[in-house]
Amino acid sequence: MLTKLHSDKAFQLFMGLAIGFFFGFLLQRGGVTEYDVILGQLLLTDFTVLKIMLSAVITGMLGVYYFRRRGWVRLHPKAGSVGMSVIGGLIFGVGFAVLGYCPGTALGAAAQGSLDALIGGLLGLLVGSALFAAIYPHLKDSVLSWGYFGLVSLPELLKVDGWQLAWIVAVALTVLLVVLETAGTY
Amino acid sequence: MDWLSMGRWSPYIVGIGIGLLSWVAFLLSDRPLGCSTAFSKTCGLIERAFRGDKVMLHPYYQTVTPTVDWQWVIAVGIVLGAFVSAQLSGQFKWQWVPTLWASTFGPAPVPRLIVAFIGGVLLGLGSRWADGCTSGHGISGTMQLTVSSWVASICFFIGGIAAAMAIYTIWA
Repeated sequence: MLTKLHSDKAFQLFMGLAIGFFFGFLLQRGGVTEYDVILGQLLLTDFTVLKIMLSAVITGMLGVYYFRRRGWVRLHPKAGSVGMSVIGGLIFGVGFAVLGYCPGTALGAAAQGSLDALIGGLLGLLVGSALFAAIYPHLKDSVLSWGYFGLVSLPELLKVDGWQLAWIVAVALTVLLVVLETAGTY
Repeated sequence: MDWLSMGRWSPYIVGIGIGLLSWVAFLLSDRPLGCSTAFSKTCGLIERAFRGDKVMLHPYYQTVTPTVDWQWVIAVGIVLGAFVSAQLSGQFKWQWVPTLWASTFGPAPVPRLIVAFIGGVLLGLGSRWADGCTSGHGISGTMQLTVSSWVASICFFIGGIAAAMAIYTIWA
């Protein structure tokens, strides 16, 4: 039933647009399309970004692992390596602080009139993506494959049931949110 | 309908909302929510407009096809959704320089635009290098308990916190 929907191109274009719309709406309404809120998180003075991300992860994780148990969805893990995830992650992190938005929130910031996101940010994102595509043939078999660990998931790594681990992680992240909230000053 | 014009929603409501959206994405689209791929696709589409279909043979564009599809329209949706939200809450305003930046480095647009551009380049490069961004790895990947996404997301914040501290405490 659902696989038919998954291969319906027109329906999927509509879904992408609709999901993007609500995602953009929520990002803007959560305040994370603002430079000051993103920098506040990275300077550890405003924990809005982490609160949004962790509540999204807890909600999403319990749903996705439940649906997977029922056989309704499949997971889409991304492969990784030390060269990709650590080096790429650190480059991303520096860009995150220098621009003050991430790719999704830069789009949202541009849409609420922030010209630094629209002119500097989006142009830079396109140039950076093009640059990566250009150097990709040289990186593919060198840096990107250093310390390759592939498509592994935490349940596989720890040899535990995914649904059980999802609950353990959900409880741990909830505790973290409660601690952040009661730490008061934030 | 007061909540539609409220300036800010609780981060927990917003986070749960994004979590529910990812349920919809997995169930109805068989995909995790992400958005940085759209930038690569846009580059490929621009190149395709100038150089034709031979762009499709480039090694990177064989893995990320430059086509208008689900992952590309997501970006269009984000722009529309954020625009509508900002209009409804009266938060839309043209602004060259963010408040925090202006209070530290002054209100001149040019330095901010140059730094924003450099940040954008690093962000574009880093998101393709790590194969995901704060959405694809930070939210969608971590919720699937993928090792690469947890490693990348932790590195996003290590790099981000270090750079932000350097900019606002050392450089400023």
